[in-house]
Parts: sequence; structure tokens; C-alpha cells
Amino acid sequence: MIQETLKTFKPEQQNLLQILHALQDQHPQNYLTEQALEETARYLKLTKSSVFGVARYYSMFSTTPRGRYIIRICASPVCELLKVNTVIAHLEQILAIKTGETSSDGLFTLELSECLGQCQEAPSMMINDKVYNNLDANRIKTIINEYKQKNHD
Amino acid sequence: MIKETRIILKNIGKINPESIDDYISAGGYKGLEKALGLKPVEVIDELLEAGLRGRGGAGFSTGMKQKFTSESCLKCPQRYVVVNADEGEPGTFKDRVIMEQDPHLYLEGTIIAAWAIQATKGYIYIRAEYYESIRKTQKAIEAAYKKGFLGTNILGSGFDFDIEIKLGAGSYLCGEELTMLESLEGKRGNPRIKPPFPAEKGVFGMPTLVNNVETLANAPLIIANGKEWYRSLGTERSPGTKIFTISGQVNKPGYFEVHMGVTLRQLIELAGGMKNGKPFKAGLLGGAAGTFVGASMLDERMTYDNLKEKGATLGSGAVIIMAEGDSVYDILHNCLRFFRHESCGKCVPCRVGTTQLVSEADKLRNGHPDKKSLLVRMVKQSEIMAATSLCPLGQSPVLPLESAGRYFEQELITI
Repeated sequence: MIQETLKTFKPEQQNLLQILHALQDQHPQNYLTEQALEETARYLKLTKSSVFGVARYYSMFSTTPRGRYIIRICASPVCELLKVNTVIAHLEQILAIKTGETSSDGLFTLELSECLGQCQEAPSMMINDKVYNNLDANRIKTIINEYKQKNHD
Repeated sequence: MIKETRIILKNIGKINPESIDDYISAGGYKGLEKALGLKPVEVIDELLEAGLRGRGGAGFSTGMKQKFTSESCLKCPQRYVVVNADEGEPGTFKDRVIMEQDPHLYLEGTIIAAWAIQATKGYIYIRAEYYESIRKTQKAIEAAYKKGFLGTNILGSGFDFDIEIKLGAGSYLCGEELTMLESLEGKRGNPRIKPPFPAEKGVFGMPTLVNNVETLANAPLIIANGKEWYRSLGTERSPGTKIFTISGQVNKPGYFEVHMGVTLRQLIELAGGMKNGKPFKAGLLGGAAGTFVGASMLDERMTYDNLKEKGATLGSGAVIIMAEGDSVYDILHNCLRFFRHESCGKCVPCRVGTTQLVSEADKLRNGHPDKKSLLVRMVKQSEIMAATSLCPLGQSPVLPLESAGRYFEQELITI
């Protein structure tokens, strides 16, 4: 699986970030395994440390297992001004985790993100590639339930 | 009340952004056609004389940048255009609007820029969180290839240009042009020492033009309609329009394209006025790497130069409005935490300084025997950081910190 993905890219260092995105996205736990990093290094003829260094540098990459859904909640000044902190508190309560942790059912990881550029409808968050705006306690509950339901079916 | 002047946003809501035919029917790719009939140097002169300035934040002359890039290292086998679509400045979403709602406009501008500097290869570096921008841009690129606006022998001119998207991965710092080039090459986002500037030694060591999305979106309009038309908009030293993104305590937050030179008060009116009629307290202009302003600045003209003279910044056009009752201290603290998180760690003054500023900001709240002196020391420290850090990140904390101190000292030392 890793090799198949690697082969869709030219073996050039300039493709490293794209490759890491692809490898991370295809893992059900949304992270980069040591094996994935090692095989990437070999494929691009780079040292393992330089690949590892890139994976650890960028906030969107993880080298530890995460949930199926990554919740990125915007912690920018605008969202803070519009009370994102109460939204975060609700999320932590509903998911029974703290920011940075993964829910016990393995479904959700809660992360803080820099400005998501959705400030006209703040507070905002993303769940994987979907954007959710105008968040409040009720909306959060509905959204999380939808994802739980989807995963139940 | 002032009205919007939509030139860059003129197609928004009127055409289907995923249809190149819609874009062409609305006059799209006319600028490119005209540009290809001109000599590259004539295109550069047109942009230079139009007075277009970089919309990413620095406000540098776009024509000059293109001129430097086109004239540097004539023996180099390749030159590049890189589109800075790594919009990450808090409170800014103008480039997202362009990419999602009229992607062909900035793509056309990119091809014109490539012709101007004779680049045959380009990259669009988009932050990975902008899924929709990436998707729409990809689709626009594919459609442009099919129509012969990209690829070999563009519109029969003999000019070849290829472009591809590169993704970021959640690093604010990669919006800084030299850091972006490192990231584009597949490395950690550590800034490079400058000079050399990208014009001399950019991506893969070759001359590179790095332009912001909004900047490039201006190019087709200037070429198609002429520099005189462009100069009739805005002010003498800041011609054209600017897209402001207004957020926070206003009734209708959003994006607004206006002549350069409107005032903050006019912008707030345009955004539906203060939310629930609450009194204005503060504005944060230009995002985290921007400046706080108080009510005394409401009637100042928002141009690069006027704001600079008054110790404020226009930056990316982010305008975050705070009302009476909001805490300037909290927002300042947020900005300082942001810099701490985004510092890449390469320069000691930035790595240590951003951490120290957060802990000192904590002390402002948690009791300190002499808060006034502490605030003075924080500003001094941020000035030292600005003088000794390699890139704009370490040079930024002084902006919100010094300006918050200037307008809201009492709040900060009595919190």
C-alpha cells in the first residue's frame, strides 16, 4: 500500500509534503507510521532524519495514531473574540477528552488550529476536509452526533 | 455611506467558478491575449506604471519585483513564478474568496506574470487546510490546459508555461516567501538568509517571482483595461482597490473590495456597523503580525503609507473589530501564543523571545509588583527580537505589542 502510493509521485524531494499528506490520509488512524517514513526516505533517497524532521515540523502531520476524524478548531484572535473557548469546552465535554487527545472509541482527535480563514462566520472548525462555521453548543452536538451516526451505520 | 468598487471580485456570485466558459464570457483571458501581443518588458512597464503594489502585506511594487526577476541571472537555465496562496494571517481570507469563487482570474494573472519574466514553470503553494481552494484551482488549471492557456505554444504565441499546485501542511511561517521556497522544495519551513532575494536566487536556486494571489488577480485587469484606468482608482501612491476582510464585532462580517484610501470608520459602516450598536473599542489591522488601533484612528485613510506614518499597518487587509467590553489583553495574549507556536526555532531571539513574551504576558495578569515597567520591558524585548531575528516572524511580535501598549496601556497594566 505504501509503495503503491509512493509510485504515484516522481521520486523527487520537492514531492515530500504531498507524499506525506497522501500516506497520512490513507492510514485509518490518520498518522505517519515509522515504516511509511522509512520507505519514503528510501524512495526519495533522503536520510530518514530529514524525512522525520519534515513530518515533525508541520502541524498537520502526526507521527502518533489519531482518530478517524481530526477536529481542527480555530484558535485565532477572531474566534477567541467570538467565544470559541466555550465551544472548545463543549467539545471536550461531549467527547470526554482534552484538546490534543483521541476519544476512547477511536473516532475523534481534537486539535487546535491556527486561523482557518473562515472569520466571517466564526467560530469555526474543520473535521477532516469539511468546514463548519457559526459554532455554538447546540450545533457542535448535532455535528458530532452526525459523525457518530455515520460511523454506526 | 461608501460603496464597494468590485474589480477583482466583479465575477463573484455572477459566474460559476468551475466553468472556464463562464469566465471567458465575462471577458476572461482577454488580458492574457493582450499581454502575449506585447513584449514582456512592456507588460512589466504597464504594471510598474499602473503602480500595483503587493497585496500580501508588504506593499512592494509588483512591477519592480518582476523587473528584478526578469533581469537577474540571464544565464540561468530556468526561472519560476511561485504564487503565494498560503494565506494564514489571522483574520485574512481574501485569497480564499478569489481561489474559491474566481480561480481563473488569478491563474490568468499568473500566466501573464510568467510571460513578463519569461518563466516556463510555476507553482501555486496553497495551505493544505484550504481544501476548497485547492480543488477549484486544480479544476481551473485542467480547464486552462484544455483551452490552450497553459502548456506549450500558448494561444499560438510560441510561449510555453506549466504550472502545478504544491501543498503546505500547517505552518504559518511558510507564508513568508523564502520559507515558502524551502517548503516547496520538500524541506522544513526554516527561513533563508536574505539577500539573496528570490528574484536572484529563489526556488531550486533559480530566479523566482513570488506574488500573492490578490496581487496576481489585479494583473489581467490592468493589462486589459490599461494603467490609466487603474490609476483612476485608489490614491496616488496606492492605486487600485483592496479587499478588506472585516471580522469580529460588526453586524455583517465579510469581504469588501473598496478603493484604496477609505477610513476604518467607513469600513465598519460597510460591514453593517458595530454589532448590536456597541461602542467601538479597538481594531487589529493586518492580523497577528499587525497593529492595534484605538478610536483616534477611525478617520485615518487606510493606505500603506498613511498607516505606516501613523505607526499602524495595512498588512493583508485583515480588520478585526473589538467592542467595548472585549479584552485587548486576551487578543494580544492570543497573538503572542500564536507567535510562540509558529516560531520555527532557528533563531535564538525568536525561539526564546516568543516564549518569554507569553510568560511575561501571563505575569501582567497574575500579579507583578511593577506592571508598567514589565510592559516597557516586553516592548523593548520585542524590539530586540525584531532587530536580531532572521525572518518576519521574529520581527512581528513588536507590532501588536507596541501598538497595544500605545493605545491600551491602562488596560494592560491594570488587568
